[in-house]
Amino acid sequence: MPHRTFWMFLAPSAIAMLLFIALPIISVVVQSLYIENEKVLVKTETCGPFGCEEQVKVDEVASAKLLEERPLGRFNGFGTYTNRSHLAIDELKSAWANRDSLGDFGREMMNLPFYKALAFTLTYTFATTPIVLLLGFLLALAVNTLHRWLKGVVIFATLLPFIVTPLIGSLVLFWMIDADGIIGSTLQWIYDDPSLSLKASPTLTWITLIIYGIWHTTPFAFIVFYAGLQTVPGETIESAMIDGATRFQRTIYVTIPYLAPLVLFVMLIHLMDSFRVFEPIVGFSAEANATSLSWVIYNDLSQETKLFGSAAATSVLTIIGICIILTPVVYRTWKDFRS
Amino acid sequence: MTRTLPCGNRFTPLTGRLARHTLAASVALVALGGGVLGSSAVYAADCDMSDVSGKINFLGNEFPAIQAIVAAAESCAHDGLTIDSNLTAEHKDIQVAALTANPSEYTGAFVANGSLVPLMNADLVRPLNDLVEKYGENISDRQKIVIDGNVVAIAFMANAQHLMYRKDMLEEAGVDAPTSYEDVLAAAQAIKDKGLADYPFTGTFGSGWNLGEEFINMYMGFGGQLFKDGTAEANLDSEEAIKTLEMMKSLAGFMNPDYLTFDTNAAQAEFEQGKAAMVNLWGSRAGAVIDDEGAAEGVVDNVVFAAAPMVGGGDTPATTLWWDGFVIPKNISDADAEATFQALAQGLTAELANANADAAVWLIDGYEPTDAAEGVLASAQGGAKPYPMLPYVNLMHTALGDNLVDFLQGSEDAAKAMSDATAAYTTAAKEGGYL
Repeated sequence: MPHRTFWMFLAPSAIAMLLFIALPIISVVVQSLYIENEKVLVKTETCGPFGCEEQVKVDEVASAKLLEERPLGRFNGFGTYTNRSHLAIDELKSAWANRDSLGDFGREMMNLPFYKALAFTLTYTFATTPIVLLLGFLLALAVNTLHRWLKGVVIFATLLPFIVTPLIGSLVLFWMIDADGIIGSTLQWIYDDPSLSLKASPTLTWITLIIYGIWHTTPFAFIVFYAGLQTVPGETIESAMIDGATRFQRTIYVTIPYLAPLVLFVMLIHLMDSFRVFEPIVGFSAEANATSLSWVIYNDLSQETKLFGSAAATSVLTIIGICIILTPVVYRTWKDFRS
Repeated sequence: MTRTLPCGNRFTPLTGRLARHTLAASVALVALGGGVLGSSAVYAADCDMSDVSGKINFLGNEFPAIQAIVAAAESCAHDGLTIDSNLTAEHKDIQVAALTANPSEYTGAFVANGSLVPLMNADLVRPLNDLVEKYGENISDRQKIVIDGNVVAIAFMANAQHLMYRKDMLEEAGVDAPTSYEDVLAAAQAIKDKGLADYPFTGTFGSGWNLGEEFINMYMGFGGQLFKDGTAEANLDSEEAIKTLEMMKSLAGFMNPDYLTFDTNAAQAEFEQGKAAMVNLWGSRAGAVIDDEGAAEGVVDNVVFAAAPMVGGGDTPATTLWWDGFVIPKNISDADAEATFQALAQGLTAELANANADAAVWLIDGYEPTDAAEGVLASAQGGAKPYPMLPYVNLMHTALGDNLVDFLQGSEDAAKAMSDATAAYTTAAKEGGYL
């Protein structure tokens, strides 16, 4: 295709991406470099239904003046990135210097909000991805062998966990794992422990969230692999059968190599999505036991006093994190493309 | 942004010492409290604003009291005067942005102590002194929230977390009605020993805002100060803070192990289902607790509403008082502001309050409190402190709610929890420009 045609074809998408993706990201990056202006506080008297008292309030006139002079706020450089709510460089340095043991340092690190969220996010990402790929592939193989008139119904049923809104799906599961819910009480009966609760301990909560993640995303892998299975060339399978390959050998040596690009695709999408995990934490009310980077951003923005700079910094760190995680996959795709 | 948090029946009272004589006056009205459970009838005011035209739009929380007031205001609508409302539990998230727009998206916003502070910080609230003079016959002095001589908000209801208990279960266990948290612990132990309940106590200990509120309430009961005098520096390395944490941990020992996921709805459900004998719950839920819906056998008849317990030998109920009211934004035309105020003020009458007697503990003169109001009024009379209305208290509240979980789960000690909360608050306050 001549270059001119290519660019004209690309122009609408490029402009849209520039306006709605690139510029907002630049705005977020800029915002992460600033903190609010100093608040000018004055003493005042406040009266209400319960009496009067000397109080402190923000001097609106002085604050408005400051806002006019510096509309973006005070420039903080990378200060927000290195403060305690983010990379916590100073806290880490002192924890390293004062450590009793490596485990001690690890505990101190996990005490910091960003690293606690990062730990769960990474665990969730790397625990769900291989299982989702494996289960999706096995499901696709299984459904592929079904009789024609059964396939449609089964495919629909298998897709349901992915179609259900994540928040609703996690709420339903949250109620089921409650001590009074069906899963919760069954587990209590199996382990003969009336105080067993999946919601009470961090470890069990993490496991529950990971299981939810697998349940929710496997249908996506399934449908992609199922579509791929339809394109595996019949002649190659037949010649493998003639050569005496067992079903298992046919799968390993014929089907999987054909599906390899799809594996990369699903992995790419799922790594990106699971790094931004958020709905299950809200749906399961799990913030006591598990927080994620997206949840940290939400927490900054959902209080009465919103911390925009902090949320912006965490957003930028999330983007950087996704880029780092996706690098191997993208590199592999690029190599495949080149060859 | 969807949340599974409860509808916020929380009122943030103005910072102020409880003036006992102010409350005594209202307590005199309380004495009429012959508790007929009022049905939450929608009260239709015969409102005559036919000579006023404009556009009125309300933003607020979605609980019954606010719905009643908005309905009363909406009865004033006519062809030239359109009245809309957006009542949602997420109102706090959008109020600053919506009111900053010029002209403002809404002409009246319902706020509480906590949600008034960000609006004041951003200078979005219009002083109401002249409007109160013109239309405020129904508005008593104690309803006026006055900062620096300006009436910035009109409060219409009070709220607080207080104790609700099952008198039958306490009788069976052989304990008296608890007046302090030490009594609560003893009662819980007795109930557990008798096998009446596995988890005798429950409360809104859900991580985040709810847990922060529990800490602040208990801390006030111990007489603690959140900030060093006159500054925005945290004051959590005090003895009272450690005692607060220990008391919270003892209480948690008698709660359902999932307590860190309990919001107001979950705590109310535990109590209504008869699983817990005592609960520390918002007074605005009292009406819902004793209605016919959702309660197990024998619960409704045996519920007693009492003041929040005292703690640590002090004489302050371990709770904070909140108010709910409305403000008028600055960024609207004077005509719209006047129309909005008039529409709201004409509805804030004793008739509305008594028609919706169970919906709230109304601050309106002439309101006859029902049984449901007992807990809040007793706490107020007992000398509970109002929730502090400082510009930076929200940051402290968030820092507390996020950093107490590790201590309650036993993975760190009280001093470390407090230093974590202090560090988190200090970081947020530096970013917010308060330190």
